[in-house]
Amino acid sequence: MGRFLRPSALDDALRALAAGRWTVLAGGTDHYPARVVEQPDEDVLDITRIAGLGGVVDAGDHWRIGALATWSEIAAAMPHPIFRGLQLAAREVGGAQIQNRATIAGNLCNASPAADGVPPLMTLDAQVELASAAGLRCLPLDRFIRGNRQTDRRGDELVTAIRVPKPGQDARSTFLKLGARRYLVISIVMVAGVIEIEPRGRIAAARIAVGACSAVARRLVGLEADLTGRMVDATSARLVSPAHLDGLAPIDDARGSAAYRREASLVLVRRCVAELADAAQERAA
Amino acid sequence: MSAVTVRCRINHDDVEVTVAPTRRLSDVLRMELGLTGTKIGCDAGDCGACTVLIDGRQCCACLVAAAQVQGASVVTVEGLHNGAAVTVLGELQRSFARHGAAQCGICTPGMLMAASELIARNARPSEAEVMDALGGVLCRCTGYRKIVEAVLDLGSVAVPIAPAAGAAVGARLVRTDAAAKLTGQERFGADQAPADALWLRAVRSPHARARFTIGSLDALHRSFPGLVRVFTASDVPGANRFGIYPTLKDQPVFAEGCARFRGEAIAALVGDRATILALGDRELPIAWEPLPFLAGIDAALSPGADAVHAGVPDNVLVRGRVVSGDVDQALAAAPVVVEGSWSTSFVEHAYIEPEAGYARRVGDRVEVFTCTQTPYMARDEIAAILGILPGAVRIVPSAVGGGFGGKLDLSIQPLLAVATWHLNRPVRGVYHRPESMASTTKRHPAVMRARLGADADGRLVGFEFTGDFNTGAYASWGPTVASRVPIHAHGPYHVPNARCLTRAIYTNDVPAGAFRGFGVPQAAIAHEALMDDAADKLGLDPLEFRRLNALRAGQRTTCGQLLEHSAGLGECLDRLRPRWRALRAEADTINRANDGSRRRGVGIGCMWYGIGNTSLANPSTMRVTLGRDGRVTLYNGAVDIGQGSYTIMAQICADALGVPVSSIDQVTGDTDLTEDAGKTSASRQTFVSGRAAALAGEDLRRQILRLANAGPRAQLVLEGPVVSVTDGGGVRRIELARLAADEQGNVLVGHGTFDPPTRPLDADGQGVPYATYGFAAQIAAVEVDVELGTVKPLCIVAAHDVGRAVNPTLVEGQIHGGIAQGIGLALMEEYLPGKTENLHDYLIPTFGDVPAIEVILVEDPEPLGPYGAKGIGEPALIPTAPAILGAIRHATGARIVQLPALPHRVLAAIQAVSRRPQ
Ligand SMILES: Cc1cc2nc3c(=O)[nH]c(=O)nc-3n(C[C@@H](O)[C@@H](O)[C@H](O)COP(=O)(O)OP(=O)(O)OC[C@H]3O[C@@H](n4cnc5c(N)ncnc54)[C@H](O)[C@@H]3O)c2cc1C
Ligand code: FES
Ligand code: FES
Repeated sequence: MGRFLRPSALDDALRALAAGRWTVLAGGTDHYPARVVEQPDEDVLDITRIAGLGGVVDAGDHWRIGALATWSEIAAAMPHPIFRGLQLAAREVGGAQIQNRATIAGNLCNASPAADGVPPLMTLDAQVELASAAGLRCLPLDRFIRGNRQTDRRGDELVTAIRVPKPGQDARSTFLKLGARRYLVISIVMVAGVIEIEPRGRIAAARIAVGACSAVARRLVGLEADLTGRMVDATSARLVSPAHLDGLAPIDDARGSAAYRREASLVLVRRCVAELADAAQERAA
Repeated sequence: MSAVTVRCRINHDDVEVTVAPTRRLSDVLRMELGLTGTKIGCDAGDCGACTVLIDGRQCCACLVAAAQVQGASVVTVEGLHNGAAVTVLGELQRSFARHGAAQCGICTPGMLMAASELIARNARPSEAEVMDALGGVLCRCTGYRKIVEAVLDLGSVAVPIAPAAGAAVGARLVRTDAAAKLTGQERFGADQAPADALWLRAVRSPHARARFTIGSLDALHRSFPGLVRVFTASDVPGANRFGIYPTLKDQPVFAEGCARFRGEAIAALVGDRATILALGDRELPIAWEPLPFLAGIDAALSPGADAVHAGVPDNVLVRGRVVSGDVDQALAAAPVVVEGSWSTSFVEHAYIEPEAGYARRVGDRVEVFTCTQTPYMARDEIAAILGILPGAVRIVPSAVGGGFGGKLDLSIQPLLAVATWHLNRPVRGVYHRPESMASTTKRHPAVMRARLGADADGRLVGFEFTGDFNTGAYASWGPTVASRVPIHAHGPYHVPNARCLTRAIYTNDVPAGAFRGFGVPQAAIAHEALMDDAADKLGLDPLEFRRLNALRAGQRTTCGQLLEHSAGLGECLDRLRPRWRALRAEADTINRANDGSRRRGVGIGCMWYGIGNTSLANPSTMRVTLGRDGRVTLYNGAVDIGQGSYTIMAQICADALGVPVSSIDQVTGDTDLTEDAGKTSASRQTFVSGRAAALAGEDLRRQILRLANAGPRAQLVLEGPVVSVTDGGGVRRIELARLAADEQGNVLVGHGTFDPPTRPLDADGQGVPYATYGFAAQIAAVEVDVELGTVKPLCIVAAHDVGRAVNPTLVEGQIHGGIAQGIGLALMEEYLPGKTENLHDYLIPTFGDVPAIEVILVEDPEPLGPYGAKGIGEPALIPTAPAILGAIRHATGARIVQLPALPHRVLAAIQAVSRRPQ
């Protein structure tokens, strides 16, 4: 007979996790769809009542997005334009009903290759904060997600927050999603990008990530290096070459062929860079 | 899991309910609290039918643990009209009613809840805001446009439509069942069952073909005391066979030792609900021996392929054939000949309501309450399965949450009937979404080749077509597809020489059956692509080329049938012409101006469609009674699956009788109470049952007039137990209490039966397959992203010859919904057995995928139809995909030959054009 726990204090949750195996339940938007045909007998730890796991707070050199922050909350207000890409992604996660419940940490813990939250958070250099009875640890997002539906989370840990470092410069970000219909669609490919721009228009840092084209979304480090140090202008997107996408390993599935994903990701990366360059130039103008 | 007590507010009342804490809120609302207005279409967040407000925010109740609403406020559709929250809500429901925004109504509660969240914070939303807010709810019936209109039109003052006697036909009457659908009171298949009903679930083959043996069940019964009985093939008391055609009943209720497709039922578990839901397949003593299987047409036709059914060694279930003139000679001589080949996919009906119902034994009879499009056929088939007389089975149709052909075949009903027959206790069940998708029929995938020839002036001289249709493991409607397609395969054009051949092929795929158009939508893709090719070669405008060849009254079809009336394609095209020219010009201007990554295109598709069964009797009978109390009751067996036949029949009957439609009561569907009005399929209800309703109304009127000795133009006024008849100056009062009444208290009964006149087809398909045809043409404007291969429909202009629009709002609703399904067929829908068995991976259009639709109603009256009306259900869908594919081609030059036109296929087709030497 499964047990059910809905603690209001983080410590109670962590104590339970230290003592046994629990299925963590947050917004339930990945949990329940996996239980349509059969309902396993399991012990469920509902974390949605735990105090202090929501909201976005300014923590000095970084922002702390609570694990239970929903996509609706993220879409509604964020403290800096660097989050625009994450907000665009938030508005594309399922429909409004999903966005009202689904949490950012759930999206990362579920570790789908098509999770829309992952590329934008990668381009924000996000760190995942994990708590256990033994203490806290922080992992870069690309180390936290280890594969298709695999994370580095130990059974006794909860994700408590996502930490996003503040940019040193003025920053612009965006997110582009490609799906076969308008609403409620899992991405065929998505691309997120951030550029930080020096006052005179030079790119101080560029971060571009592609999702759904490899088991875990990937940053395009070669492209990032090539962009860094250049002036932003209308030609920035021309820098993008197919070789920049060599690290991707798309697969064939019902949503699209591998060859198509490769081509589409190139197009989307170019559009992403062009959009960032436009945004940066508008700011300059 | 031990139960917890959840205290919350539901619909503004404090509620306490003790349940397992992780039970879905949707399940608790429905099963524990009786709030069945919250619907379940998927249990996975994909359809939004379960949308409720939790603390004012819309959420999928199927993704919320009961314990998570501890202390929260939940509002369901039942809470909308008790007015405590936001006063505008009654108005929202009224606006939905007025705009025809609810068809079958299964999505409606979810739509209303999503809309109510929006308007609570934004009373005057924009169209984009409405779409964003409602975008998480799927609707398969309406095409969404009328829902958007309804939300945008909130607050406008509308005069209720109450036509006077004789003026109901043609009026935009609100559907008679609107209130039930808008308040959550409507009872769908899963919404009602006796309290003591046992629960049933089917056990299904996980393999496309496999032998199986079921071991001893003793241990299972010991571990699961709540399991009452396991049913298998040997428990079927009558024939373990069903199917549409009397001579082709090849589908078992339970497979006998070998399953022929993934998802086929091999057993049913019956017991208390908790036990049955917890009892997973891995607990069952079933030994599977997977066998090689035939996936797709090529495998089934390859030399040496196994036979899916022993009696059919070549896997060809049936052939269809229409031959006229000498096509070989005509094509050899034609100055312009174009040809091509196309393939299409399985398409899922994706009605939001999964199959559901309950059955109970009443003495030596069985009653089944269920969602069905065909109560009488279901009755007869269940009787044969139980080995009892048809009259010993009663089918009580529930409201049907979408059908589109998918609820013509039996599904859950025989399982329930067999179980209740043995157990003598009520048994209920509901398919879950993957089960519904894996086990019920689909649109046939087609592989088609065609050649078309025209003379130098652009007149068609010959058309040749061959099409193979994958009918899956069982016959279902395969023969209908095979016979209907060759009649329609050359499109709505006059073609002097034709040879159109089809085959329905058995495979180990899911059975393909009836789906809005019976193969004609697939064939239309081929003929319309060739029309574009030929227009191109001839240097003719695609619309004018079609206009030149459009079938018209006075011409013969390739079946040799003389069209005498009501062939309005020419008028459809004439009415479209100004929009066509404007949209084409606009597209050219925009394409010249932009950078080339996005290109516009405008395409056109035409269709014709025979109404009713193909050369087979399909009578409908209607009865209308006048009670001693003065009430008029229409006994209407034409099941309303959302399209509105309960409203249409009342409108027609009211006018025929000469009374206001508001004075017609109805008894609907029930096989014990109503006569057989045939199937809700083949776009036949308005034409066939509508005519029967008119005849019944006229019959009753004649009897009243006779009693009053009045002439045919007399006016009737129903005044309770008195009918007054005014003829010229004189008024006659008939006191009904003085007349003899039958056992039901009826003093007069009007009858009407109509069977459309057809003639059998000979070996060359010559004869009269249908009494009348619907005609239509649609224009699609799209934008293609040529770098990504994505296609965005921008607008659809649809001109349909419906004979007479009995209720224009309902007709438009059919057209909108058909267009939405046509968009799905063209751009995104592809059912892959084992891969896209849910609404997450199987994509149907959402709010944002259906563009603005302009409807042009052409009324070229059909003398046989009621007040001139023909059918619209299937015609609405057929031209859309061809028009979209034509638009893609106009935009990019790319020819799409494999459907759906998913982005990767469109991009490949665009690249093929640029590689082709110019
Ligand atoms: C109809 C529909 C459409 C969707 N569309 C999209 C889409 O377009 N893009 C997209 O990216 N996603 C989409 N999703 C999935 C998206 O809703 C989820 O990934 C969501 O963000 C998960 O959050 P949750 O709170 O609902 O997680 P839950 O379902 O509660 O949990 C998900 C997983 O994470 C674990 N978990 C959750 N929180 C924690 C924590 N704090 N610590 C440790 N483990 C935890 C759970 O144990 C579980 O394994 C869709 C889902 C549905 C149902
Ligand atoms: S039933 Fe909840 S979204 Fe479909
Ligand atoms: S009315 Fe929307 S699904 Fe039928």
